[in-house]
Amino acid sequence: MAGNDIPEELRYTVEHEWARVQGNRAAIGITRFAVEQLGDVTQLELPKEGAAVKKDEVFGTVESVKAVSDLFAPVTGVVVKVNAALHDRPEAINEDPYQAGWLIEIEMSQPAQADALLSAADYKKLLAAQE
Amino acid sequence: MSSLRRTPLYDLHVAAGAKMVEFGGWEMPLQYQGIIAEHRAVRSGIGLFDVSHMGEVALRGPRAAEGVQRLVTNAVGKLDDGAAMYTVMCYPDGGIVDDCIVYRRGPDDFMVVVNASNTGKDLAWMREQAGAIAEVVDESEATGLVAVQGPQAVATVARLAQADLAAVKRFRFERAEIAGVPCLAARTGYTGEDGFELACPAGRAADLWSALVAAGGTPIGLGARDTLRLEAKLCLYGNDIDETTTPLEAGLGWVVKLDAGDFIGRDALVRQKAEGVKRSLVGFRIEGRGIARHGYSIVDRARPAGEQAIGQVTSGTTGITVGGAIGMGYVPAARSAPGTELTIDCRGKDVGAQVVKGAFYQRG
Repeated sequence: MAGNDIPEELRYTVEHEWARVQGNRAAIGITRFAVEQLGDVTQLELPKEGAAVKKDEVFGTVESVKAVSDLFAPVTGVVVKVNAALHDRPEAINEDPYQAGWLIEIEMSQPAQADALLSAADYKKLLAAQE
Repeated sequence: MSSLRRTPLYDLHVAAGAKMVEFGGWEMPLQYQGIIAEHRAVRSGIGLFDVSHMGEVALRGPRAAEGVQRLVTNAVGKLDDGAAMYTVMCYPDGGIVDDCIVYRRGPDDFMVVVNASNTGKDLAWMREQAGAIAEVVDESEATGLVAVQGPQAVATVARLAQADLAAVKRFRFERAEIAGVPCLAARTGYTGEDGFELACPAGRAADLWSALVAAGGTPIGLGARDTLRLEAKLCLYGNDIDETTTPLEAGLGWVVKLDAGDFIGRDALVRQKAEGVKRSLVGFRIEGRGIARHGYSIVDRARPAGEQAIGQVTSGTTGITVGGAIGMGYVPAARSAPGTELTIDCRGKDVGAQVVKGAFYQRG
């Protein structure tokens, strides 16, 4: 279930985004828990490459069959990659939220922000508290 | 969650892995495998819906027909035994109390199936307005209701019944044993597909459901129920119609028979029909990206600031079978013609839409 699908190597936010941090770059997506809350994803609105994003601010939206949700940037920086494959296959987010379902990659301007994100263990506790 | 009511099929839903949500005071399955997969199962095969939460109210007695006619806008007199009709109940001002299906079980015995979230309100209204004419009996607790919908629904139900239920015409019903369970099988539905709605004793609903699952039926949650009905452009009470909207505004003029009798709301509807409606419920398709949701404003940016909202989206979703994004909403009558361009404020972003004629989905 959602509470068990929390990869150890990723960092998390209270808004149910994940970040895969490598050096100054962070790939961003939404967690299995978020995906299960949303249900089938049908549309995404993502920033373009080169766009600036700011920690805790909205960088896009995800539309599922039943609801629309904002996407919040876990870190500040510039978008260097966008997962264009999701345009035609948004369901990849439901199928594989941590790999094929990644959203954007950010070149961080303040890499220390990544250190402040939740660990897998912290995120697991957060979900447990919400049950 | 403890105060929520549960249908006789609750345990089966949980065992099947359904995601349960609150709906109209009931704990109901939102989805089992996913809304898109369930939607497609209904369009291509056979879907099962637990609609036991809906209310069933009987009106009985020698003046039962008169009692029903006082409450509803459609013509009760055109029903013979075994016939059903879609209709609405109105307040004196023409606002809608609820939409419902009326079944004539006998000349002295009618059944009205109403929305789950309105059952209490409807019962009080029906007793108050028709209680002196007919006996008003709440059969909701004693009744299980299962909808079987999709291109294979009729053949499957007929096979389980070992009776010629395929001969039952649309909006008619027969009593039949289905998988050994005594049912009132009505050729009705809320999906745009052919099929039946099966009313049975509440205590036998689980047997009926299990037999239908074994016969290949896919359990369908409320999520897909909503996307299916919207593609068929069927109204949902609380979204598209309510006490502030009249059936004439909602495009339900076909269930308003002004010569049917002196029903509640008739005078207001006569007046509104003569004057013409000021707003109309239309179906629209979004042009480009974005999905319009319930409550979003339909706007005219050419108007002065503060007066730009000219209407409201009442329902909206992804068109799973018909593609794109679709919805319904109220617009000024002058902007309700098919082809009219609309602008919808989707969370601060203007999105174009076009009024379309009729249902988004028509089965082949």
